Amino acid sequence: MKKGARSEFEKGKRQWELSFESEPVQDVDFTTVSAESVDPLYDPDHIEGFDYCRDLGFPGEYPFTRGVYPTMYRGRFWTMRQFSGFGTARDTNGRYHYLLDHGQTGLSVAFDMPTIMGYDSDHPRAEGEVGRCGVAIDSLRDVEILFDGIDLAKITTSMTINAPASILLAFYLCTGEKRGVRFDQMGGTIQNDILKEYIAQKSWIFPPEPSMRIITDIMAFCSNRVPRWNTISISGYHIREAGSTAVQELAFTLADGFAYVEAGIRAGLDVDDFAPRLSFFFNAHLDFFEEIAKYRAARRIWAKRMRDTYGAKDPRSWLCRFHTQTAGCSLTAQQPENNIVRTAFQALSAVLGGTQSLHTNSMDETLALPSEKAVRIALRTQQLIAHETGVVNTIDPLAGSYFIEAKTRELEEKAEEYFRRVDELGGVVKAIEAGFFQREIGRSAYEYQKAVERERKIVVGVNRFQLEDEKIDIPLLKIDPQTEIEQRNAVRKVRADRDNDKAARELARLKTAAASEDNLMPVILDCARCYCTEGEIIETLKEVFGEYQEPPIF
Amino acid sequence: MARKIRVLIAKPGLDGHDRGAKVVANALKDAGMEVIYTGLHQTPEMIAESAVQEDVDVVGLSILSGAHMTMFPRIMELLREKGAGDIKIVGGGIIPEEDVGKLESMGVAKVFGPGTDTREIVDFIEKNFQHAA
Repeated sequence: MKKGARSEFEKGKRQWELSFESEPVQDVDFTTVSAESVDPLYDPDHIEGFDYCRDLGFPGEYPFTRGVYPTMYRGRFWTMRQFSGFGTARDTNGRYHYLLDHGQTGLSVAFDMPTIMGYDSDHPRAEGEVGRCGVAIDSLRDVEILFDGIDLAKITTSMTINAPASILLAFYLCTGEKRGVRFDQMGGTIQNDILKEYIAQKSWIFPPEPSMRIITDIMAFCSNRVPRWNTISISGYHIREAGSTAVQELAFTLADGFAYVEAGIRAGLDVDDFAPRLSFFFNAHLDFFEEIAKYRAARRIWAKRMRDTYGAKDPRSWLCRFHTQTAGCSLTAQQPENNIVRTAFQALSAVLGGTQSLHTNSMDETLALPSEKAVRIALRTQQLIAHETGVVNTIDPLAGSYFIEAKTRELEEKAEEYFRRVDELGGVVKAIEAGFFQREIGRSAYEYQKAVERERKIVVGVNRFQLEDEKIDIPLLKIDPQTEIEQRNAVRKVRADRDNDKAARELARLKTAAASEDNLMPVILDCARCYCTEGEIIETLKEVFGEYQEPPIF
Repeated sequence: MARKIRVLIAKPGLDGHDRGAKVVANALKDAGMEVIYTGLHQTPEMIAESAVQEDVDVVGLSILSGAHMTMFPRIMELLREKGAGDIKIVGGGIIPEEDVGKLESMGVAKVFGPGTDTREIVDFIEKNFQHAA
């Protein structure tokens, strides 16, 4: 600011401060949903030292604050990818065709709990859970059915699977292979982010060390054989859902990302061979501007670290490409139609934050898996943003806002503070073992709950604007109990029909490979090809790797 | 002085969503109850065993995976088999209204849905189970 302009600014600011202070303000909580304070007004003083080229640059240019691609939504919209799965593979295949027919542009598989935890549907621990909160997958046979009539060379598929990610990837690749689609033609993502399982989502199988080895095996295999595959979707979503603040989501997710990069480098891989296939997954929570700043900060932090700390030379290694899902934990069972509105605001923040793909939650998700109507409205919400609101016309439209730039910087600084604390604890795995992340998240969750109960935070329809004797008036999806019986019979039939000698030989090879330092992916693919089940593969690996136990703390 | 109410907060089944369970555990503890948390991925057998061993008055089950119609009745049956049918069961999670009615008619004392104020849970337990202690 020139000298004259500066004194005019200071005079104006003092006057405004006096006016502001002389007026009464409402007794309302003006902090963010993460309990971060926000000033009533932002001005040039909040972004002192701001340097356009250093702090923002241009879209597609380092440090990518304004977006990872030069064209952003002028080139193509984000992928509209609804996370979906229930019942049997046949049931879910029907839903996929429905979504694709309604304009969805990518697939995202939700698995049931037994699949996520590595149990076949006829295992005693699967009882009551088969096909309940996702689709039941036991073997290659189910994945063949799941993608029946869908061209795996054209569509990309994201699979929310972690501890057994290598196995589900193998089932997917083998499905393509049987139809003549080459591995290098198939694109998609496996979540494969075991660190956030220990931290927040809690669907682990093996202890951290062998889990990290499986992940580096997948990274090495895919960089050679499946180059279009995103090998890890480093996820803040679940950290946030478990109750973290925005800063914690940002910091813990990126810390996990650094840990994977370090593991890859330790395993002898060249950072530029695997880093371009790392992607991220963030939550879109309620606090509109805080969320937008979070996405912008994530891109800047990642780019700096990858270039300056890990020495990545390939600019693609510097990109924090991410998927976003609106916040399930923000939805209410009360007046569920209001969730359509919440989701729309959240989705808008993700788009203004430059997301690469998006899932919008359905209004009924606090009650059950989404009905067809609810999921259609959720998808339409994205189409409305893309085609009606005009927000896609210009890239990173909020850049230069004093508030947004100040928040972006603040989130970056607070994340850096967390990185230091994690380093002091000896890194991510040590911090997990010490319960650090779990306690931080648990504390934030409880603080938020108390703020709601004290009515400092208002949740519409829950602690204010309630309806007396509310009756839920939307149709809910029901899972037929027959599903479990059918799926149990189906997996038994797979075992009865296959070449069991061959299956046993492949499982024995897997056990040998697990005990050696060989890459596990080729032998897991061989197990998949001869219809070994997921549960059999996991049990074999458990014999070598053991199982993780978390001490129960609250 | 009356014995503190003892509560076991349990996560049956495979689902790992423990935010609600931990928030409720903290709220009950802050309200002066003795709270034991099982940790994750518990079988019905493990939960029934813990409930008996810890001599609790109430078991709070948190389940978000849709397996509630299997898990609740099984745990109650196991408690009865162990001669501990007097231990009260409450629960919460993603449970449709229709199933809430069914569970309560099977003898589950109360199912608390999403958005429940933790003070409501504290009050319910204090009012209904104080004399069980």
